[in-house]
Amino acid sequence: MTGTCSITLDVNGVTRTAEVEPRDLLVYVLRDQLDLTGTHVGCDTSQCGACTVHMDGRAVKSCTVLALQAEGHAITTIEGLKRDGGLHPLQQAFWEKHGLQCGFCTPGMIMTAADLLATNPKPTEAEIRHALAGNLCRCTGYQNIVAAIQAAAAAR
Amino acid sequence: MIPTSFDYVRAKSLKDALKAMGKSTKVIAGGHSLLPLLRFRLAQPETLVDIGQLRELKGIKRAGGGVKIGAATTYRELLESTELKALYPLIGEVTEHIGDLQVRNAGTIGGGLAHADPAADMPPVMLVLDATFVLQSKGGKRSVAARKFFKGPFTTAMKPTELLTEIQLPAPAKGAGTGGAGGAYASFEQAASGYALVGAAALITVAKGMITRADLAFTGLADTPFLAPAAAKLVGTQGQAELIAEVAAASVAGVEANDDIHASAAYRTHLGMVAARRALAQALSRAG
Repeated sequence: MTGTCSITLDVNGVTRTAEVEPRDLLVYVLRDQLDLTGTHVGCDTSQCGACTVHMDGRAVKSCTVLALQAEGHAITTIEGLKRDGGLHPLQQAFWEKHGLQCGFCTPGMIMTAADLLATNPKPTEAEIRHALAGNLCRCTGYQNIVAAIQAAAAAR
Repeated sequence: MIPTSFDYVRAKSLKDALKAMGKSTKVIAGGHSLLPLLRFRLAQPETLVDIGQLRELKGIKRAGGGVKIGAATTYRELLESTELKALYPLIGEVTEHIGDLQVRNAGTIGGGLAHADPAADMPPVMLVLDATFVLQSKGGKRSVAARKFFKGPFTTAMKPTELLTEIQLPAPAKGAGTGGAGGAYASFEQAASGYALVGAAALITVAKGMITRADLAFTGLADTPFLAPAAAKLVGTQGQAELIAEVAAASVAGVEANDDIHASAAYRTHLGMVAARRALAQALSRAG
């Protein structure tokens, strides 16, 4: 298969189509073609986690997934987290605990934290910090991010 | 950066995948090692063969006293297998520290091993556990011992037409009489990447207070992971601290250590000795 092809992606529960080349990365298709710009591109080298989305409920770095690889999987982005039109408990907790400064890393942080809480609803502080190893924040020093995740866990 | 153009084949079966493979193909499963290479244009394959969907390459099965792991099993799936972690605690311990949560969700054990990064954490574990890798091609199937698999940086015994399909682990070592087996991994990580500057894996079996088997392997130290024969000097002893220190020193002596911006050869050699000492001591305490 060369050139571009049409693919069908399940994004936030909605079936979307996009024209892609095999080399197109999921993050750029989400942002540039599907207008889901909540997912950020930070380092572009698979380190910073700003591009984290869920594939079948599991956090992955969408700068390190080909759009074609995502076909047939359920993709969730930060835009798909809201509940009944309101904020997801993690979004609420990041707001209340001031778990961000510039906000660039926040969507990725929240997507990783959502994966963590889905498998480990009451993580220890050490477990939270271990889970965030693939998400970099250059502002906060992580303290309030950890506090926000702890608050979201407690609110469940 | 954006990778160079390539064709993409999503394999629907193992047979499908093997048929598509050739000299200018690359295999992708989780893609967390390959995509960075593609993006830096260090790899420029004509065709990418995606095996990430192949159920026949996933899962962990008991076989004899040991275990067979499908090559496309993710690190996360390894961690979710309480049976695997109970049989080989060393695998659980090391897997928990591979990459980060997102990498463990996508990355596969077979992908990491076939990628053969000289500083990866899993290869030395495979060496001390004496794993066997099953390689398949259109022409058939062969088995290669992990101890003969790693040939150099990012270089293995695999041919371009071969696919790593299964990792076979022998029955976990058990101590005879009053004793047991213990494994440990000690490493010094490069802070930004999480890859090992140096890592050492050790596996020790004890019977009646005496060491009956001792294996030690390094990663990050030289251009390929390797088994240190000096560990055999511990067999028949109680593994006293001075002896462990001696073996640790002997195991790095004469090794042509990597030298790069992260650590000089001399520093790496020193770290290798310390990691070996710690891994051996901890493995022994767990075997006791």
